[in-house]
Amino acid sequence: MKPAWIVMLKEVRENLRDRRTVLNTLITGPLMAPLIFVLVFNTVVARELAKAEQPLPLPVVGAERAPNLIASLRAMGAVIEPGPADPERAVREQDADLVLRIPASYAESWRKGEPAQVELVYDASQRETRGPVERLQKMLELYGQRTAALRLVARGIAPTVTHPVVVAERDQSTPQSRAGILFAMLPYFFVLGAFIGGMALAIDTTAGERERQSLEPLLANPAPRWQILAGKLGATSAFATVTVLLSILAFAVAGHLLPTEKIGMALELGPRFTATTLLAMLPLVLLLAALQTLVSAFAKSHREAQTYLSLLMIVPALPSILLSILPVKAQAWMYAIPVVGQNLAITRLMRGDGVAAPALAACIAGSAVAAAIAIAVTARIYRSERLAVSA
Amino acid sequence: MIELKDLHKAFGTVKAVDGVSFTARDGEITGLLGPNGAGKTTTLRMLYTLMKPDAGRVLVDGIDAARDPVSVRRRLGVLPDARGLYKRLTARENIAYFGRLQGLDEAALRARSDALIAALDMADIADRRTEGFSQGQRVKTAIARALVHDPRNIILDEPTNGLDVMATRAMRAFLRRLRDEGRCVLFSSHIMQEVAALCDRIVVIAHGRVVADGSADALRAQTGEANLEDAFVKIIGSGEGLAA
Repeated sequence: MKPAWIVMLKEVRENLRDRRTVLNTLITGPLMAPLIFVLVFNTVVARELAKAEQPLPLPVVGAERAPNLIASLRAMGAVIEPGPADPERAVREQDADLVLRIPASYAESWRKGEPAQVELVYDASQRETRGPVERLQKMLELYGQRTAALRLVARGIAPTVTHPVVVAERDQSTPQSRAGILFAMLPYFFVLGAFIGGMALAIDTTAGERERQSLEPLLANPAPRWQILAGKLGATSAFATVTVLLSILAFAVAGHLLPTEKIGMALELGPRFTATTLLAMLPLVLLLAALQTLVSAFAKSHREAQTYLSLLMIVPALPSILLSILPVKAQAWMYAIPVVGQNLAITRLMRGDGVAAPALAACIAGSAVAAAIAIAVTARIYRSERLAVSA
Repeated sequence: MIELKDLHKAFGTVKAVDGVSFTARDGEITGLLGPNGAGKTTTLRMLYTLMKPDAGRVLVDGIDAARDPVSVRRRLGVLPDARGLYKRLTARENIAYFGRLQGLDEAALRARSDALIAALDMADIADRRTEGFSQGQRVKTAIARALVHDPRNIILDEPTNGLDVMATRAMRAFLRRLRDEGRCVLFSSHIMQEVAALCDRIVVIAHGRVVADGSADALRAQTGEANLEDAFVKIIGSGEGLAA
């Protein structure tokens, strides 16, 4: 057996026996994000859907002044309730989401053919009232248009005169691409998964080994140091890869649990998505493992390494956060940048667009080169005398 | 056989080892004796190729450590000052890990592990995880894994550190057994009695230099002291004493 293989097997076996590592890397890491996602998403969607389909309770002040309007609102799904004595106060104190007030002058203006005013009392700073307010506005607008059309017809004029321009919308989004907007943070979760998955092992196999004073005896073995390093990187990468794979699978399952189709979206993370994502992530996993090991090699203790790595964790998160805020049109060269490339590729895959082979190749090659450099630097540190000698 | 020839090692301006030469022969126990900070650990680290000497040569069974460090490490069994175990592995698994890294096949590994576990009287702890081991149990495990590949040359850095009387006596018996098997045993200590009780040959180090090299009797004769401890103090004592 090759020393690298021996080291890797031992590190994997030893860390599988550490309940905390297993829990963090193989359960909490990959499953927490999709779980939270499903919960939040379900709650939001359920609430929105409930609001859209349910009858709209509508307190009205002065309903008797506009019987036709009220009848029409009832027909459109409003449940007319008697209005409060002080509508402004009721809205301010959130006793009512909104109140419709029909002033005494309404009937008079209506008869004269002047614009008849109704007042909509609401609080725009209360987010959850936005839905009901928009629904009522639509109902009122519709009632107005209908009445206007009837009046025009009564005067012998075609109602189309009032619509010189008609907009026909041609939305090019697909259910999948609409979901892409919603799931823009998904690539970030995968990159984070790779980071968290490797972190415990990167620390344990370097700073941890030094802290518990087992590195010096290990290096007294005839195995070349690069083989020992290769084994440790292999074990770290293996854990990180499993975490990423579990993350993808968890989100694929989550995609089925989410009622995405109800809001016209689709999250399809099939075998093709899984395979391509894993392929794009693999060199990044190696890069992160090497960086984590490199940073840990400078730390004197487990705790110190943890502190450094928590800071390092911000680095892979930055491109994901930036890309999710600033929608940049992807240039070909961007695929070659580690993390950015994975982000772009995974986002495209998620939207169902597919990634062109050259882009995917650039993504893999760019990260692989970066990983090779990081590994070379780590190997250099591993050869130094300072590494083994416990402070 | 281990030969050290004019080894030098400096850390910044501090000369930790400043021209150490001695030979440890097969079938002998050689003691490296010196006060704390004399350069014992640094000397041993250069010997098992963890550190590169600034100058000088290390030969193990005639192989130059600078030229072929991997072969040298294969011929050495090393119990360093740092002797941490993997606490989530059993004692036997700790031993097996090093055995595999030494290139033993599974059959040889099994045979050697069983032999060492019996010789070190650790059958009762062999299949327990090493977390919570006593100091003595930890040292036994560390020695077993250092010797798993049946090396001809054995280096131990302060092997009895932290051991109680019974464990120390058992350790001495074990080292004698290794010598009687014809191996070259080199160990460091700062404890006079221990070296006197065990060694065929004593190399005294102070301030990074070898200040005496010979049998216990030779050292007594050299200093004119009947008591070995007095001889030791005289040898390492004052700078003027050394120069004479």
